[in-house]
Amino acid sequence: MNDQRRDPPPVEVRGLVKRYGELIAVDRVDLTVCAGDVYGYLGPNGAGKTTSLRMMLGLIRPSEGSVRLFGRDPVLSVRALDGVAGFVEAPTFYPYLSARRNLELLAAFDGGGARERIDSALETVELSDRQADRVGGFSHGMRQRLGIAAALLRQPRLLLLDEPTTGLDPGGMRDMRVLVRRLAGQGITIVLSSHLLAEVEELCNRVAIIQRGRIVYEGEIAELKRAAGLTYRLSTTDDARALAVCRAQPGIADVRCGETITFTADAAAVAELSRALVEAGALIRALAPQGATLEDLFFSLTEGRADGEAVPPEPAPELEAVP
Amino acid sequence: MSSLALPRSTPSPAAAPGVRTVYRWELAKLRRQKRTYLGLGASIIVPILFTLAIHFRHHHGHGDFAFSSYLNRSGLAVPLVILLFGAVWMFPLITALVAGDIFASEDHNGTLKTILTRSLERWQIFAGKALAAVTYAVAAILLDGTVAVIAGCVQSGFNSLQSLSGTIVSAPKALELVYVSLLVYLIPILTILAIGLMLSSVTRNSTAAVVGTLMISLLFQLIGILPGMGGTQPYLLSTQFNAWQGLLRTPIDWSPIIRAAWVCAMYGVPALVAAYVVFLRRDVAGG
Repeated sequence: MNDQRRDPPPVEVRGLVKRYGELIAVDRVDLTVCAGDVYGYLGPNGAGKTTSLRMMLGLIRPSEGSVRLFGRDPVLSVRALDGVAGFVEAPTFYPYLSARRNLELLAAFDGGGARERIDSALETVELSDRQADRVGGFSHGMRQRLGIAAALLRQPRLLLLDEPTTGLDPGGMRDMRVLVRRLAGQGITIVLSSHLLAEVEELCNRVAIIQRGRIVYEGEIAELKRAAGLTYRLSTTDDARALAVCRAQPGIADVRCGETITFTADAAAVAELSRALVEAGALIRALAPQGATLEDLFFSLTEGRADGEAVPPEPAPELEAVP
Repeated sequence: MSSLALPRSTPSPAAAPGVRTVYRWELAKLRRQKRTYLGLGASIIVPILFTLAIHFRHHHGHGDFAFSSYLNRSGLAVPLVILLFGAVWMFPLITALVAGDIFASEDHNGTLKTILTRSLERWQIFAGKALAAVTYAVAAILLDGTVAVIAGCVQSGFNSLQSLSGTIVSAPKALELVYVSLLVYLIPILTILAIGLMLSSVTRNSTAAVVGTLMISLLFQLIGILPGMGGTQPYLLSTQFNAWQGLLRTPIDWSPIIRAAWVCAMYGVPALVAAYVVFLRRDVAGG
C-alpha cells in the first residue's frame, strides 16, 4: 500500500490541449488513473477520446499540458511506454505477413522475452490455428484479438484499449469483456475507451466522460450515480398538468417527458411533489424510484434534455457543468 | 477467447532492440513486397534486353555515345552503357520504388502507430528503414551491373576495353573499373534515395513519393538541356550520374568524382535531414 502511494500513477494527464489550427480537439483535460483501476474513457464520436489516447501513447505531441505514464513523459522517450501496451482505433498489422510473423516483428521491437510469449498470447486470443495465415485475410474481429495478443507480448502493467469490442459479434464482445476482466484481475491497470456504456458500467470502476474535448466528469461510477440523485418514474391521471407541477416544484430536476415522466429528486422533494400533484388534481397512478444507469448519466452530461432544453442535469458538487 | 491462458509473466533476459533489429525486419518486409521484386527484376531484365538488342542490331551501326563502338567487341562495355542511359529514369525509378514507399507504406497500412508504441525510439526506426532502403539500392545497382557484365560477356566476350582517353584497358582491369564505376554511381543514387525518403516521410503517400522522386530527377535532366543553363551543369544532380566516367580516363580523373561527392551531399544531406526531422516530430494522427 505504501509502495502504491509512493509510485507515480499509471496515467497522469494535466492540462492537456491539442489544437489543429482553430479546432481544439482536446481542451485542458486532466485525468488520473490509479494502479489497479479499470478506467472507462467515455464520449461520443469526435469528442476527443482517441486524440487523448494518442497523446498518452506519445503518437501525438500535445499543444499544451503534459502526460505522464508511471511518471515518465512519452513524448521525450519511448521508455515511458515500458510496461504500457494497447492500441488506438483498430489495431493494425502488416497485411502481407502472417499473424505469427507480425507478432515476431513486434516482439523483436519489444525486446526482452517478448518472443517467448507469442505462443501463449496467440492461445489467449484463440488465434493459434490461424497464426500462419496472412493478416490481410483476417476479419476485423480477428485483428482486434491479434491486437490484444500484440499488447500482451509486452507484459503490460497498463493497457490502453480504444474501443476494443467495436466490430465484434456478441460472442466476441463477451469474450473480450471476459479477457479484460481477467487482465484486470491480474492487477493490470486498464484504460478502456468506449461508447458502449453498458460495457463500461460492467467493467470499470472509474470513468471520465469527455464532451467536445473537455472532461465533464471524472471519478467513480458509483459516485457519479450518487451525485446525480435517484431517478423516479411518474404516471398520473393528467400528465400534462403533472409535468408543469414537476417543473415548478423545488428539488425536482432533470424532468423529462416520454411515455412517463421521469425526474431526479431526493426523498423529501418527492414527498412534497406528491402533495403538490394531488393539490393540482393530477392523481398519481404510479411513482417508482429507479437507479440511474450510466447511459442515463452519460446522455444527461453530453446531450441536451429530451425536451430540447440545454444540457446538464442538476450538477452535484463533483460534477463540472458543460460550459 | 472463451478459454483464457494468459501469457506467463516470467521475465526473460533482456535483449534490447535497436537499429539492427529494425534493419533486419525491414529487409524481411522488403522480401515480402512486390515492389522490391519489380525493382530488382528491372535490374535483371533491362541488361538482358539491352544485350539482346545489341545481338539483333549489330549490323545496323552504333550510336554516338561513350563505349558505343565497343558494345560488340567487349561485354564489359554493356554495364557502362547501361549506366549512361539508366541515369535518365531507370535507376532513379528503381531507387524511388522502395525509398518513396518505406515510410509512406506505414501510413498506408496504418502500422506506424503499431511500431511506434513498442520499445524503439523513432530515430532507431528511421535509421533502420533508411539503411534497408540503402541496402536495396546498392543491391539493385550491383545486381544490374553483374547481370550486364555476364550478359555482355556472353554476347561480346570478356575482352579488353578502350578507355575514354583512347588507351586499351585489359579485361580484368576493365572489370575492376566497372565495379568501381558502379560504386561511384551510387553517390547520385543515394541522393535520389534521400529525396525519396524525404518525400515518403513528408507526403505519407507512396505513389506521390515515388512519382515525385522521379519527377525531381527528370527535372534536373530538363534543366541540364535548357538553353542558357549551361553554367548550372556541373552543379546539377543529373550531371553527377556521369562522374564515374572519370575512372575510365588515363590517368584517372578524380575531379568529377570529388565534385559528385559534394554536389550530391548538397542535395542529399538536407533531404535526409528533412526526412528525419519530419519523421521524428510528426503527429501520428492517422496511421
